[in-house]
Amino acid sequence: MRLRFTNAQLVCPVAGEWRGELFVADGVLVDYLDEAQVVDCGGRMLAPAIIDLGVFKVDRAACRAGGIVHVALMPDGAPVLDDPGVVQRAALIGKPDLWIHPIAAATRGLLGRELAEMAICRSAGARAVGTGAGWIADSAVMRRVLTYARDLDVAVIAHAEDGNLTAGTVATEGETATRLGLPAAPAVAEALAVARDLLLAEETGARLHLRQVTTAAALDLVRAAKRRGVAVTAGITPAHLHLSDLAMSDFRSFAHLSPPLRGEADRQAALAAVADGTIDVIASGHDPRGPEEKRLPFADSAPGMIGAETLLPLSLMLVRDGLLTLPALFDRLARNPARVLGLDTGTLGAGMPADLMLFDEKAPWRIDGDASVASAGNTPFDGLPVQGRVLRLWKAGHEISATPSPPPTS
Amino acid sequence: MPASDHRPATLIPGGGVFPHRHLTGIEGLQPHEITFLLDEAERWVDANRTHAEPDKRLAGLTQINAFFENSTRTLLSFEIAGKRLGADVVNMHTAQSSVKKGETLIDTAQTLNAMRADVLVIRHSSSGAVRLIADKVDCAVLNAGDGRHEHPTQALLDALTIRRRRGSIAGKRVVICGDLLHSRVARSNILALTALAAEVRVCAPSTLMPPAIERMFVTPFADFDEALRGADVVMMLRVQTERMAGGFIPSNREYRLRYGLTAERMARLPDALIMHPGPMNRGVEIDSVVADGPQSAITEQVAMGVAVRMACLDVLTRRARGVEGWA
Repeated sequence: MRLRFTNAQLVCPVAGEWRGELFVADGVLVDYLDEAQVVDCGGRMLAPAIIDLGVFKVDRAACRAGGIVHVALMPDGAPVLDDPGVVQRAALIGKPDLWIHPIAAATRGLLGRELAEMAICRSAGARAVGTGAGWIADSAVMRRVLTYARDLDVAVIAHAEDGNLTAGTVATEGETATRLGLPAAPAVAEALAVARDLLLAEETGARLHLRQVTTAAALDLVRAAKRRGVAVTAGITPAHLHLSDLAMSDFRSFAHLSPPLRGEADRQAALAAVADGTIDVIASGHDPRGPEEKRLPFADSAPGMIGAETLLPLSLMLVRDGLLTLPALFDRLARNPARVLGLDTGTLGAGMPADLMLFDEKAPWRIDGDASVASAGNTPFDGLPVQGRVLRLWKAGHEISATPSPPPTS
Repeated sequence: MPASDHRPATLIPGGGVFPHRHLTGIEGLQPHEITFLLDEAERWVDANRTHAEPDKRLAGLTQINAFFENSTRTLLSFEIAGKRLGADVVNMHTAQSSVKKGETLIDTAQTLNAMRADVLVIRHSSSGAVRLIADKVDCAVLNAGDGRHEHPTQALLDALTIRRRRGSIAGKRVVICGDLLHSRVARSNILALTALAAEVRVCAPSTLMPPAIERMFVTPFADFDEALRGADVVMMLRVQTERMAGGFIPSNREYRLRYGLTAERMARLPDALIMHPGPMNRGVEIDSVVADGPQSAITEQVAMGVAVRMACLDVLTRRARGVEGWA
């Protein structure tokens, strides 16, 4: 299949933004083609499709709606992704609409005690190893995980919160948690864990990706480590950029997240860190939770939010607010996550796979959890008016239709 | 001090001078609404002391006390309050373990609702649980304590006790001392007393002090003797035994030394009113000689509790009973 995208506003994290055409042959971007089927973009934006680094559930409809063609799947599912058979099956469940890159559990059962079979899991399709939604409490184990992963040249994707400080808590210490009477952990729980993992990464030379860094103190540590040349990258979700702990008011369990929402000063620090490049990756953290897990007293509810469908419009707010240029945004949404996973995609350069997204950056709509195509409606942004809609999506040159294809029969 | 940027809970539309369908907390109540409840309670204080013909205004109404957490005093107080007003009172005492899952909580609430209860009195170990139920049922819901969040009738009875013993609340210096971190009584009292213009000081070892508590317009102290200076009212909170033993404070005796209301400390407070929500750890946070002394209002608090709960039950059912001006 040969395609010629005409009349497009092209956005590339490397080449910048320009008006022009794009050519695709056999699923790969090429410099020029004489004959090809024309796709008229109508002056809309054409950019690399989003690579969502860290989702808890494969939600094909939400990914299609959100312009996502690659997801890195967290290892926390049932069963835990610590076995090559499970990893291999997880890698296949997204076909044909979605690339799934499993993050293998770094320790058996994610228990933080024994190393999991990282090399075999990698052969089975894992693109990284991770600690999941939890923390490896034992520093000796964490050091061995990083050392072993360095030999395999896979990134270690870590959740950085000191588990002793956060045990039994559901919020960040502050006025909101105090008024609501919610058990809360100090924000420094994150910086403590980040400091340890950074020092271990520096010492071992491993590649470390901190999936969510959300506090000023932890971001300062990451910034300083990058300056020293530590192979660290950091991520965040739109929730921690646009919401503070005030969103938990009235015990709204949709705002129960892990890590919990932070104070306003930390939120401002996170915005600054996105702008200055300390934060490399913006991801959805997509984690659908039904009413049986969310319609509970706040402290008894499960943490998590959906986000695949809203990742683009919520990220575009950063562009409108002048924090990022469009090409820089697609650095955070496509190129950097591809690099963490070791994927050759995420830009519009010739030779790259034609993972493309056509979107209208101005299209207005209102986020509505009940109307979401995701498998649950737990968004903390319910009711928020936003701009930006994905119009069409291609994976390796094949268009993904809005109605998802049936899953593969196993 | 910077102004609080916390948005209070939205009002629930109702009728009359008290436009709330439920009483889930002191938060969201206006000062005049708190005063209104105290004024209503006054009449029941007097009625409870005489042997006059009982006022059975809640006759024919069903009051369900759904306690998902152990309680003796509060449950008893609500039961007596309801029965004095003639309501049919049913106690549903659910062991904490069997109703840990929230589906069961909402299902239970909807079951009670389907049985056409007129008032639900709820206690639950999780903050916000009562609010969650209140949003799902038609009848009036009264919070009898939810987690560490609020215990509004306790704050009302404390305010009533102070008002009756000291004439007014505005301008009085009230010291609240004890385990503020885990205390719903403290939260509700802070909200009520600051709304009624008292000067509230809170005192606890910093391990038991909620962060950012000063944003609730109180002054935190770690030194009890300093906090007590010039106090008009001293409110001691119970320290749970499980918090002792090295968890938050090293030991009973060290706690008593630093934060116990002892006879020596009382000697410096000749005019202060002494309060405690009970049950007391005698010899830990309060010495018996103080608890049983002339300045103690502790048993009076219990009496006020029944009156305040009668007032709350009466006011919250006025719409349902079609009282003129409330429908």
